[in-house]
Amino acid sequence: MMVRAAVLILALLGGCGMARADGLVVSVSQAQVHITSGFTGADLVVFGVMDPQDAAGGSPDVVVTVRGPGQTFTTWRKTRVLGLWMNADSRTFLDVPSFLDILTSRPPEEMAEPASLQRGQIGLGRILLKQRIGDDHADVVSADPFRAAFLRIQQAQGLYRENTCGVTFIAPHVFRAEVAIPGTAPLGRYQVEVQLLRGGRPVASATTSFDVQKTGVEQSIAEFSQRNGLLYGLAVAMGSLMLGGVASILFRR
Amino acid sequence: MTIYLPIAELPVAIFTIFAMGLAVGFISGMFGVGGGFLMTPLLIFTGVPPAVAVASVSPYMAASSFSGALSYWRKGMVDMHLAGALLSGGLLGTLAGVMLFLFLRVIGQVDLFIRISYTALLGTLGTLMLVESVRAIRRTAKGRPAVVRRPGTRAWFMRLPLKMRFRRSRIYVSALPVVAIGFAIGLVGAVLGVGGGFILVPALIYLLKAPTQTAVGTSLVLTFVTMAAATVLHAQANGTVDVVLALVLMVGGTMGAQFGARTGQSLRAEHLRLLLGLLVLGVAVRVAGEFVTRPADTFVVTTMEKLR
Repeated sequence: MMVRAAVLILALLGGCGMARADGLVVSVSQAQVHITSGFTGADLVVFGVMDPQDAAGGSPDVVVTVRGPGQTFTTWRKTRVLGLWMNADSRTFLDVPSFLDILTSRPPEEMAEPASLQRGQIGLGRILLKQRIGDDHADVVSADPFRAAFLRIQQAQGLYRENTCGVTFIAPHVFRAEVAIPGTAPLGRYQVEVQLLRGGRPVASATTSFDVQKTGVEQSIAEFSQRNGLLYGLAVAMGSLMLGGVASILFRR
Repeated sequence: MTIYLPIAELPVAIFTIFAMGLAVGFISGMFGVGGGFLMTPLLIFTGVPPAVAVASVSPYMAASSFSGALSYWRKGMVDMHLAGALLSGGLLGTLAGVMLFLFLRVIGQVDLFIRISYTALLGTLGTLMLVESVRAIRRTAKGRPAVVRRPGTRAWFMRLPLKMRFRRSRIYVSALPVVAIGFAIGLVGAVLGVGGGFILVPALIYLLKAPTQTAVGTSLVLTFVTMAAATVLHAQANGTVDVVLALVLMVGGTMGAQFGARTGQSLRAEHLRLLLGLLVLGVAVRVAGEFVTRPADTFVVTTMEKLR
C-alpha cells in the first residue's frame, strides 16, 4: 500500500526522469533545467523509494552521485625558475565529470570498509579520475598532489561537492536528496546514480538523468554563432560601429 | 541583478560589467587607446573564459574607439592619410604576428613569452613617457615653451625616400617609417592580443613628432578598423564572440569614451602624456608582479578548449 502511494507521488513529481531497478525507484524533480537570461542556478530534488522489505530492519545507507558531462582538464604546478613563477609540470584529467555532487545519508567511513567504498567510488576522495601520465592512462593514489589540487580547486569553484548528510528519509523507505546546480554549471546531460548499502555491502542501485540546456534567446544566439560564424561576426561588428556612432551623436554638444 | 551569457555560458553581475565598460571606456577615450590591455584581464578576473574574453573585447573596442574617433573627427584631429599608411603596414604585421604566435605555441612557451615581452614593452614605454612628460612640465613651469620643434634635428629614418606630407599632423616624413610602425603595431597586437593603441600613440608622438591630440584621434581610427576586423575573424574562426557580454560592455564603454574624450581634449598635452605614462607603467608592474611574487595557489586548473 505504502509503496503504491509513494510510486504514485513519484509519477506525479515527474514521470520522464524515472528509473527502476530491483526494489529501488528513483526520480528527479526536473527532467530538464532550462537556462534563460536570468539563470543563476537551480535546485533539484532526487527522490527514491525502496522495497519496504529492504527497509524492514531500519533504513539502509544511501549514496547519491550526480555527474555532469565529461570534460578534460589540465592541472598545472607552478615552480620558480630563474626568479619567475611559471607553469612547470602538468597532469591531464581525461573525460572527468565537469560537475560532481556526492550526497550520502551519513559519512561514508561509517558505512562500509575502505575497499568497498573504493569499489563504489563513494566520496570525493575515492572518485575515479583518469589521468594521462606520459602514454599511460591511470588513476593514482588519493594523496597525489595534482589530484588533491584538482579536487580543491573544483570545490572552491562550486563545481565539486560532497555532503555527508545530504540524503534524508521522509519515510522509512522513501528518501530525498537536494542537488544545487550552480549558474556556472556546464551544459549537457547529468547522470544520477543512487546506491543502497546495508551492513557495508551494496544491496541495490539505480540510475536516472536530467539535462541542463539553453532555451529561448540564449539558445538562438548560440546556435546562430555556431552555424554561421561569419554572418554573426559581421552583424556584431556592424552593430558595434552603429552603437558607437549613435553614442557619439547623442553626446554631441 | 545577473544576466546569463549565451556563449561564455555563465551568469555575470550586469552592473559590474557595465561599470567596467564605463571605466575602461573613459580611459580609452581620454588617451586614444583601445583599452583591451585593461579590459581583457578584468573580464578573466570575473570568471569569463580567456578565449571568450579576448574575442568579446574586440567589438567593445570597435564601438568605443569609433565613438571616440568621431568626436576627434569633428574637431579636425584625425589624419586620414596617416591612418591609411599605418593600416597598410598594420595588416601585414597582423599576418606576421599570427604566424609568430603559431610558432611560439609549437615551442610551448607562449604564456611566458607574452608576459615577459608585455612587461618589457610597457615598462620601457611607461618610463620613457613619464620622464619626458615630467621634463616638459618642468620646462613649462620655468616659463619656456613646452614643445621645442627643430626641423633641422630630424632623425635619420624621417629623411628616407618616399616622402609624404601629412597635413593634419603637420609633418613631412618618409612613408617607410610610418608603414614600419604600422607593421610593428600589427605584429605586437596579434601576438599580445591587444589593439596596440597604447604603443601607437607614443610612437606617433615621439617618433613621428605628431601633435598629441592628432596622434590620439588617428590611433582611434586605426583601433576601430582593426577591432571590427578582429570581431569577424574571431567569430568565424573560434565562435567565441559573446554578443550579450559585448553589448553590456559597449553601452558602458561608449558612454565612458565620450566623457574621456572630452576630458582628454581639455587637458594639457604634457599632463595627458604623464597620466598615460603612469597607467602604462602601472600595468607593467602588475603583470610583472604576477610572475615574480609567489602565487597564492601554486596549482591552476585549465579546461581544454572546446573544438568546433
